[in-house]
Amino acid sequence: MMKRTCIEISELLSEGMDRSLRWHERLAIRLHLIICKSCYRFSHQVQFLRKAARRYK
Amino acid sequence: MDKEQLNSHREVLFRYALLQMRDEHAAEDVVHEALLAALQGDGSFRSESALRTWLIGILKHKIADHYRISAKYHSIEALNDENDAIETIENLLFNEKGHWIGTIGAWTEPDHALEQNEFWLIFEWCQKNLPALHARAFMLREMVGLETEDICDDMDISHSACRVYLHRARLGLRECLEQRWFNAGHA
Repeated sequence: MMKRTCIEISELLSEGMDRSLRWHERLAIRLHLIICKSCYRFSHQVQFLRKAARRYK
Repeated sequence: MDKEQLNSHREVLFRYALLQMRDEHAAEDVVHEALLAALQGDGSFRSESALRTWLIGILKHKIADHYRISAKYHSIEALNDENDAIETIENLLFNEKGHWIGTIGAWTEPDHALEQNEFWLIFEWCQKNLPALHARAFMLREMVGLETEDICDDMDISHSACRVYLHRARLGLRECLEQRWFNAGHA
């Protein structure tokens, strides 16, 4: 099943910060991000959160 | 145990201690004690991450020793025991079909925010407003830099709970930063 909801994609994007995703998970994300602006933005923002957290003193 | 090898873990240990103690001097002290104790150990480790897990174990004992007689310790424990029986953030952010309610905002020049002192105040505020367990998982992962296995261990939670906490922390922190910073006319 390739079709995933935003909540599932956001879970995968979060998990992707903590482990390497499997190829089918990466593919599901890529397909979803093409059509979903919100998840696309979310994918960049979780990385920003990491960047900020690492700089936080 | 090789001194230089140990020193390469000092930063992570310090961040860990600081997170627990919220006091730089006390954190430096316990890290120092932990490294001294480690020097006397004769552990040989298959990997740097195994070594780090071992070092954090020692550090935890040193922190516990430090607080054994202090009342402050009890208040930190109480904070960690706080349960997170609030409405889940997923219900607030997603509709019943699993789609975002509303649109995730575009953040203009997020890196620019990192240079501004006010941003860090908001960041801190947002972090403190997360449920304590979510905040803790997030800090262990992103500030201390632990792997999820070590976080599960440290917090004594299952791997799936750990995944849920990290996801919710990210959702919550993102939402808060959007409302308080990026949509608040700062960016």
